[in-house]
Amino acid sequence: MIWLGRGIALGLLAFIVLGPLANLALWAAAEQWYFPHKLPLTYGTKFWAQVFKPRGDALVSLMTSIWIALATVGACLALAIPAGYALARLKLPWRSAILLAFLMPQAFPSLAVYINVARIFYEFRLNGTMLGVILVHTVHGLVFAVWITAAAFAAVDRELELAARNLGGSALRTFLTVSLPLAAPGIMASAIFVFLESLDEFTGTFFVGVPDVITLPLLMFTASIAGNYQIAAITALVLLVPSVVFMLFIERFLKADVLSKIGA
Amino acid sequence: MRDSGPHFSLLGPLLVAPALAMVLALFVYPLGYSLVTAFEAKGGGFTLGNFAKAFEFYSVDIGFTLVIIGLSTLLIALASIAIGGYLVLGENPRAVALLRWLYRWPLFIPFVVAAQCMRSFLAKNGLMNNTFVALGILEIDQTTGLLDWRGIVITFVWKQTPFVALLVAGAMASLDRSTIEAARNLGASRLRILVEIVVPQVMPTLVVGLILSFVTMMSVLSVPLMISGESPTMMTVDMAFRINNYGDYGTANALGFISYLLTAACAWIYLKRAVRQP
Repeated sequence: MIWLGRGIALGLLAFIVLGPLANLALWAAAEQWYFPHKLPLTYGTKFWAQVFKPRGDALVSLMTSIWIALATVGACLALAIPAGYALARLKLPWRSAILLAFLMPQAFPSLAVYINVARIFYEFRLNGTMLGVILVHTVHGLVFAVWITAAAFAAVDRELELAARNLGGSALRTFLTVSLPLAAPGIMASAIFVFLESLDEFTGTFFVGVPDVITLPLLMFTASIAGNYQIAAITALVLLVPSVVFMLFIERFLKADVLSKIGA
Repeated sequence: MRDSGPHFSLLGPLLVAPALAMVLALFVYPLGYSLVTAFEAKGGGFTLGNFAKAFEFYSVDIGFTLVIIGLSTLLIALASIAIGGYLVLGENPRAVALLRWLYRWPLFIPFVVAAQCMRSFLAKNGLMNNTFVALGILEIDQTTGLLDWRGIVITFVWKQTPFVALLVAGAMASLDRSTIEAARNLGASRLRILVEIVVPQVMPTLVVGLILSFVTMMSVLSVPLMISGESPTMMTVDMAFRINNYGDYGTANALGFISYLLTAACAWIYLKRAVRQP
């Protein structure tokens, strides 16, 4: 009897977890589906062709999203690698306060902050520009970038750095040839986190990016509100793929020795 | 290399400065701006009028927001404990492996996508009701859609439980097994071990996860907009409405201030707890 209860519980959980995703996948494959039919009447790729037609809205939005995410990753790493190294290895006053400062954008309800960012950006003509959106995403992603990068540098064996110094390497050379390559997997993990955060970001872009910067989440939202369920489902699937792939492989990127040092 | 001498003592702060400046300019400054604007009258000068207006129009929505997020947080806590508990104490290795594979799916799924999934799944003729009808649990004329406050709660719990469960399961896995084994040998049931031994020890991790979830749910705009945009709705929708339709930054920021206060109250309860503990 125990196995029956266990089977029912796991089956129910599978229904709850995977059901909404299955419904999305069905909508993405459906060409005709209306009440009271339980499943789509006809399947096809008509809407896929519509979404991915050359120079269509979706393709433009996808490219916009990817460019913004790549630029955000670049900006975050440029800021976080020096900061992470300093937090892991150098003398710093108020070290824990600095670590906490990077958490702040995630520790306050951010919507009210975004509306004021948009208002300030308006004066600098940054509203509706890629640069404005990249800046907003960078601040939001910095906590992952800085915390994971600092943990990655902290997990590098100090003996190896000392050995390089003893052999006459300069501090900069030691950093470039020993610390940085050894911390690379952790830095890669932080880059993936920042990329996904930027790709998926909605609220900040909603206030700062409109009307000119339409990222994929905004396009999906507009399609959904307009009742274009197929278009919304297909764009949602495009957003879903990188997230699920990363979920399945997260442990390869983030090893336990780095994970245990995050925020420490 | 931590002791690289007084010569390099400026290097650390110098390397951190650009990243820190970014947070100050694009987060702390707008945050301060929002606090000031909340108490500022249209022509300038101090006022509480924005708050009066916020409460007059939106007191129902403020309560509604608290109930939705409070209920979601509670359900996320229960689900995370159940998942983490089974992963640590479960005796059937296949069921444990299956659960470990299953529960994490929504972890990195964006809120907009989660909302779109639920918008179709929970609708009156969505896959959920269709399945119930096909299984004979419901008749077709008994079905109702869940696209109201219940839909928002379901979406939040679906999306946030994996995150908290991941943290909680990690903390549970690193607990000292010997007390658990000892209790087992004395004949304690697994439920009792979970409630009396495991959960108290992972409480700090659980609460941190719940607070981060609470803050996240406080600032999500897409889910209430897409699941149920009708009144009563959540404060985030009201803020966006004041800005987009009236350019009314005063009331929007007053609502924002209230959302900071609610979050601060929640963090304060946690800190009070943390201090009281040995």
